[in-house]
Amino acid sequence: MSQVAVVTHHAHEETSFWRKYVFSVDHKVIGRQYLTLGLCMALLGGATVYVIRWQLAWPETPIPLTSWVPEPAMYDGQLDPSFYNQLVTMHGTIMVFFVAMPILLGGLGNFLLPLMIGADDMALPRLNMMSFWTFFTASAVLLSSFFVSGGPAAAGWTGYPPLSANPEYTGVHGGMNLWILALALEFASFLMGGVNFLTTAINMRAPGLSFFRLPLMVWMQLTAGVLFLLSVGPIIGGAVMLLLDRTIGSGFFLPERGGDPLLWQHLFWFFGHPEVYVVLLPGVGAVLEILPVFARKPIFGYRTIVYSTIIAGVLSFVVWAHHMFVAGIDPRLAMPFSITTILISVPFAIMTFAMIATLWGGSIEFRTPMLFTFGFLITFLIGGVTGIFNGSAAVDIFIHGTYFVVAHFHYTLFPTVFFAGFAGIYYWYPKMFGRMMNEALGKLHFWLTFVAFNLVFLPMFVLGIGGHMRRIYNPLQYDFLKPLAPVNQFITMAAVALLLSQIPFILNFIGSLWFGEKAADNPWRANTLEWSTSSPPPHGNFATVPTVYRGPYEYSRPGAAQDFLPQTQPLPTGAAAAGA
Amino acid sequence: MTTVSIEAARVGERIPSGKLAMWWFLASEIMTFGGLLAAFVLRRFAAGGWEDQAAHVSTRIAAFNTLLLVSSSLTLVQAHAAVKADQRNRVAPYLLCTIVLGLAFLAVKGYEYSGEIAHGFTPSAGPFWSFYYGLTGLHALHVLAGVIVNAALYVLVIRGRLWPRVQQRVEYAGLYWHFVDIVWIFLFPLVYLS
Repeated sequence: MSQVAVVTHHAHEETSFWRKYVFSVDHKVIGRQYLTLGLCMALLGGATVYVIRWQLAWPETPIPLTSWVPEPAMYDGQLDPSFYNQLVTMHGTIMVFFVAMPILLGGLGNFLLPLMIGADDMALPRLNMMSFWTFFTASAVLLSSFFVSGGPAAAGWTGYPPLSANPEYTGVHGGMNLWILALALEFASFLMGGVNFLTTAINMRAPGLSFFRLPLMVWMQLTAGVLFLLSVGPIIGGAVMLLLDRTIGSGFFLPERGGDPLLWQHLFWFFGHPEVYVVLLPGVGAVLEILPVFARKPIFGYRTIVYSTIIAGVLSFVVWAHHMFVAGIDPRLAMPFSITTILISVPFAIMTFAMIATLWGGSIEFRTPMLFTFGFLITFLIGGVTGIFNGSAAVDIFIHGTYFVVAHFHYTLFPTVFFAGFAGIYYWYPKMFGRMMNEALGKLHFWLTFVAFNLVFLPMFVLGIGGHMRRIYNPLQYDFLKPLAPVNQFITMAAVALLLSQIPFILNFIGSLWFGEKAADNPWRANTLEWSTSSPPPHGNFATVPTVYRGPYEYSRPGAAQDFLPQTQPLPTGAAAAGA
Repeated sequence: MTTVSIEAARVGERIPSGKLAMWWFLASEIMTFGGLLAAFVLRRFAAGGWEDQAAHVSTRIAAFNTLLLVSSSLTLVQAHAAVKADQRNRVAPYLLCTIVLGLAFLAVKGYEYSGEIAHGFTPSAGPFWSFYYGLTGLHALHVLAGVIVNAALYVLVIRGRLWPRVQQRVEYAGLYWHFVDIVWIFLFPLVYLS
């Protein structure tokens, strides 16, 4: 009874404009929609930085170009303290949930997953469309909170109660409720996406594509999907509880009503820490796809990377309280969470070594995707190593809540979302849009971004060790921070440079749509299945079902005619015997 | 070159996609309710002294509701059995029974809530009551969603639409409905009996 024919998506009937570009069920269109929306939200998230950083460098001076912002947010360009809190909150919320996830999972994941496994679409295409439009609604709800009376949420992107649970504390009423609603919709959207990714990768693989022949990007998206599915439940419950505390006076998180603010932190970080890896793994996946192609070498330790990923995924569920070392948890809890936190650096160290070993002895081509991959390796290494400082409770007690932490997580998330994300965009742009991006502009974009990024965030470690607190409106109110003011001014100038460094990318991304060189089917001479179809792939992706004969990273194989062996290409019998 | 449709050549769908997706969704739901229940149990242990508040819930009403929900699972199993036996005329009555039992559960729940609120046991009456309304309310929302899904299936079945696909969907809706039932099996002792 269950052997009912699967609906085909091959019908080439004329589709209307709306069906084709707006309410499309094609994973390629949905992927591009996610990517575009994510990049637009990144512009907005970046714009908040400008105001935040200006305030930190030159507190309470009029901020250029902002005199149009109405009161009570800004007074003739001068920032109101509550609006500062709101911008910091929205910056974090936008960048984590509305930029990182749509670009890396919604965009790259949606576009690549079916192509890399040789499928014509996702297993559940209509669910996929619903996932995007739920996400779109979530974005609209979040942005609408800027325009309600009282302004958007101001309790930090982590929404800690009691600050978030009692409207009186921040003066934000509707905006905070909209924030909760937007996050709930966002979670629902990626829940649908995650279910779809897993079902697709399990059910829709092309003939011959066993799990250990999957490109690592698919493994990473899969693991990220599992982590998201299993971690998001408690925070959905927590969000409901927070909303009830705010609206009908329940007592989950407010001590005066018999609640416990720490409960929120547990629920939030039980989700929040796996979420770090939900974002990280697809970025690592993009890097792992790009490294062998531009080093012309097989990936080093394919299975080791897969096992490390799974181990890291399991461990990510038992590290959450390292965010709470100074929150008043039982000190005896700090030790086990320190140990698991230090442990989780092991699988990631293994992956990093595998990446470096892949480069060893390779014939490296410094194209734009590869440059961004190098940028990821170098900066993420700093992010990973400084994570060990935060992970050990004794050190964390000193640096918690300082700019050291801000520098640390920007050194993990920025490389993941932007270095790995840009690497992925430059690498797969030809497949997505059928045209190459401009190489000179790409290289300019990389060097400007790489230099400016480090100039922004390396000095923040110094600020943090100097005791500079996070989330303060005016550092000059503290005598001991006054000597650090020049550092803050330097960081702000570098941050403006970092924002301006994105102009070449915007020009390149939009301009190449029309003026880019037409892309060949396989411009990078890569092995994975997405390069065996046309650029961009047609509706249904593949003209015939691809059959897979080997793993995805067979580069520079001795005896092969060229230095790459696509997964779809059968070996001549003699060579196969020799290779076995 | 022969063209084979992608669906025909794929590496075997051992579990239908819809069913697999439903299981992954349920895994996530287990974490939602699991997280909430764990929070409830741990908070109750840590804070102590919630017995006075907990003494005011009605175990009788909840036991009756348990009976309703368990029966509704039975009728849905019967509907699924009728689907498997391809007895289309038996599917609709069993689905209807399931829907009615689900609605009855919600009605009893509403009666229970209104009685409690009338006695002043609102969500702001104390942490136990916050959790009580949070847990049972979220569960009731799930029951409502299940009733809507079952009602949509019922309409499809009595109109004879989409017959082969409805067969699968009865099974998937059944998975969800049983999950909602099992959640109640955890809620009942933890909230009402303890």
